Amino acid sequence: MKRTIPLLITAIGGFVLIIAFFSSYTQSWGEVAAIWFDILAAIAFILGGGNLMKIHLKKISDRKAGWAYSGVTLIAFLTTLIIGLGKIGVNPSEQFPDYAWSGSYREVGGPFWWLYEFAFKPLTATMFAMLAFYVASAAFRAFRAKNIEAILLLGTAFIILLGRTYAGVWVTGWLPEWLEGLKLENLTVTIMKVFNTAGNRAIMIGIALGIVSTSLKVLLGVDRSYLGGGEE
Amino acid sequence: MYEFFRDLDRRWIFLMMFLCVAVPIIIIGATGKTFPEEPTQLVRAVFDEIENLPSGSKVLLSYDYDPASEGELAPMATMFAYHCAAKGHKMYFMALWPVGPQMVDDTIENIIKKDFKDLKYGEDYVNLGYKSGYEGVIKVIITDFTELYSTDTRGTPWSAIPMCHDVNSVQDMDLIVNVSAGYAGTKEWVQYAVTPYPKLRMVAGCTGVQAPLLYPYIPQQLHGLLGAIKGAAEYEALVIEAYGDKMARKDAGDNPLTDDNGDYLIPGKYTEGIRRMGPQLVAHLLMILLIIVGNVIYFVERRREGRR
Amino acid sequence: MKKETVIWTVVMLVGALVLVLNGALRGAGSAYVKAVPMQFVNVAEPGEVNADWIRYNSDRAFDEKLCTQPFEDIPEDLRESWVRYEQAELGEYLASRAADPNDDNYRFSLSQTLGIWVAALFTLFIFSFLYKDNPFYKIAESSVVGVSAAYWMVIGFWDVIVPNLLGKVAPAMVRAWSIPGLEDPPNYWYLVPLILGLMLLWRLSPKGSWIGRWPLAFVIGTTAGIRLIGFIQADFLSQIRNTVIPLIAIDSATGSFAFWDSLKNLIIVIGVLSALTYFFFSVEHKGVVGKTARLGIWFLMITFGAAFGYTVMGRIALFAIRLEFLFDDWLWLIDPLGRRAAEYASLLWPAMPLLG
Repeated sequence: MKRTIPLLITAIGGFVLIIAFFSSYTQSWGEVAAIWFDILAAIAFILGGGNLMKIHLKKISDRKAGWAYSGVTLIAFLTTLIIGLGKIGVNPSEQFPDYAWSGSYREVGGPFWWLYEFAFKPLTATMFAMLAFYVASAAFRAFRAKNIEAILLLGTAFIILLGRTYAGVWVTGWLPEWLEGLKLENLTVTIMKVFNTAGNRAIMIGIALGIVSTSLKVLLGVDRSYLGGGEE
Repeated sequence: MYEFFRDLDRRWIFLMMFLCVAVPIIIIGATGKTFPEEPTQLVRAVFDEIENLPSGSKVLLSYDYDPASEGELAPMATMFAYHCAAKGHKMYFMALWPVGPQMVDDTIENIIKKDFKDLKYGEDYVNLGYKSGYEGVIKVIITDFTELYSTDTRGTPWSAIPMCHDVNSVQDMDLIVNVSAGYAGTKEWVQYAVTPYPKLRMVAGCTGVQAPLLYPYIPQQLHGLLGAIKGAAEYEALVIEAYGDKMARKDAGDNPLTDDNGDYLIPGKYTEGIRRMGPQLVAHLLMILLIIVGNVIYFVERRREGRR
Repeated sequence: MKKETVIWTVVMLVGALVLVLNGALRGAGSAYVKAVPMQFVNVAEPGEVNADWIRYNSDRAFDEKLCTQPFEDIPEDLRESWVRYEQAELGEYLASRAADPNDDNYRFSLSQTLGIWVAALFTLFIFSFLYKDNPFYKIAESSVVGVSAAYWMVIGFWDVIVPNLLGKVAPAMVRAWSIPGLEDPPNYWYLVPLILGLMLLWRLSPKGSWIGRWPLAFVIGTTAGIRLIGFIQADFLSQIRNTVIPLIAIDSATGSFAFWDSLKNLIIVIGVLSALTYFFFSVEHKGVVGKTARLGIWFLMITFGAAFGYTVMGRIALFAIRLEFLFDDWLWLIDPLGRRAAEYASLLWPAMPLLG
């Protein structure tokens, strides 16, 4: 029973959306299912936050290695949460000045905005900025022109790297007009529009077939791995 | 020499990368000199889609990115908003990413409120904000906006927003402009909006990682694409060419676009992509150099092993 | 003490000294705000149910008798006011001070200055990992996890749960509380996602994990349904249609045979078919099939090369914006946005002749 009902819910949820696509009479059913899905996605954020708290509280109570950093995470989490949910330091909206809670939680200049601008933004952006260094290091250590496939890959990368900056103009700007197509900036365009399009289209078709088959397996109850093991 | 490179600590590579990006930023910041841009056809297609719409057209701008991709996408977002505002289109901002509304706020504060003071909220532009559910959101608003967006991000009911009166769904839009950093983004807009409703037109600006993956959709399902920072720079150049005299700095003099040296006299916020192409150039050369040196080491090593 | 430690300590101290001097002498890293008084008056006629708030000193206020008197004299229950602080630039601050030394509309902002320094330090903490793992990096890493999780939760709550769930189930409550403009009537169908949502949160409890399976099953099912259609239509059928292109292309302007376009179309068709052959494992890759698959691999390698080139391009742009933040907002080394008065614009002026 504990497995049959979820299987039914999966199948109904999925097939409603599929049927809704084919008939305008059932379009609103699809809309309803999609709206419920969207709301559950927001609730998943709360679940995520709850899980984070659970994990880090456990780390602290077990005094696991690095538990003090879990403390930092929790303080950052709770501070942001309280300021955000409480709309602390936020003024009412201009349309409804007499409603204290009507203002935007991310009002410019407010404490939650401050946390975004001076903590969330630099932290997440810098995390991704680090990738520039790792890609450089990987290029030095890992890209070897061992065979024709690797040479094709590296050659294309070189053309793109040069052709998508002004270096391309420097290197091949002197080519005469009848060899225009060999100028790096033009070669880049050709590679992207012709070779890259062909390669990615094949990959896209492959992935699409893969997704269709996994989706069908889930909807028809062939693949039940998402239900996990444990209690029946 | 050979041993030095073979055993090179990766921190030296990090230092080189730092210098290759930092030095050009400082030089360009101090001198204002940038490289000229020659827009490619795909970028022209983006420009034309917005430019050729009659003034007052409805444009949905979905900013599906966050600060992690701002380096690549913020210049596009800025320019899209500028171009639409300058052309007099009605702008409907929304976001599929949780932090997207902040990106919309930034654009409204820095571009619309500062340089288009005549535009009225609710009549010329509206911020619909974020809804969770990724492609699930597109799936709903493609047939009905109000089911999800009963109010805008300020809490104004849909019926009280004048520019929303004749809008029921995304299908009422004349153009979709998407700034995308990944999932959910351009791919999902193509899959759930443009492909099932082929009358819709759409252009996008996306990160370098995504750009190659989107080419198979062009031009039937995606009508123009700005790929990575280079796409942003080329688009900036096109918008500046068309609207430079309006955006030029007050001290720009007779020729608002460029000074005697050919440098732009346009406010820095509109040349972010163009400026960024300097560090980009030097860092790309470093990457190529690193790959070549790495390979030389590899082949020397292989030959030595062969001899043994 | 180890030699390395001594060197690093000296470097850090000198660096910190330079930063402090840069901040103290040049004001680098400081932020300014513009104070905008927000004053509202309720001009609803007596007996009118809904309030009608207008901005005091706005165009509409000229027609209202209530607004002809000083703001402070208006009865308290008919007025609301606060101060909004907008971001301003040093240039604007200096200009307003020069025009009127007593003008305090533009102000130095301690909280935002502190913010810029916090942001800069967080940026440096994370970059410090490039040298080696250290407690500063760990602090920044732990903070990013906490702040992001809470940030998403807050957004999910205010942007979705309040208007799209509570606002549907109990609109009167939401109207009285945070979205006075909400017009929707109650819609009790939304009790279903509310109950499913509560069941989803049950996953946090150690017992009764089966309860969380129901909403999960719904999410998985709808995802599968949405994707199945989307991928078949956009990524499968449309891609086949996009590949049906003329191998003998005609120039639309002249009506003559377009050699290069034909060649490009031919390459696309060959590329798609050969790469698909490579993915087709039901036939052994031998003979013609093997050779075609090999050609497919070459196409894929060019595709990956292009992806690599574009990825590099993206990564560098992400790094560049962080450095711009450090050099511009924090250190005031550059001023590409023209935000500061000319005399503050650059520390680099002695080097300007060298830079041209």
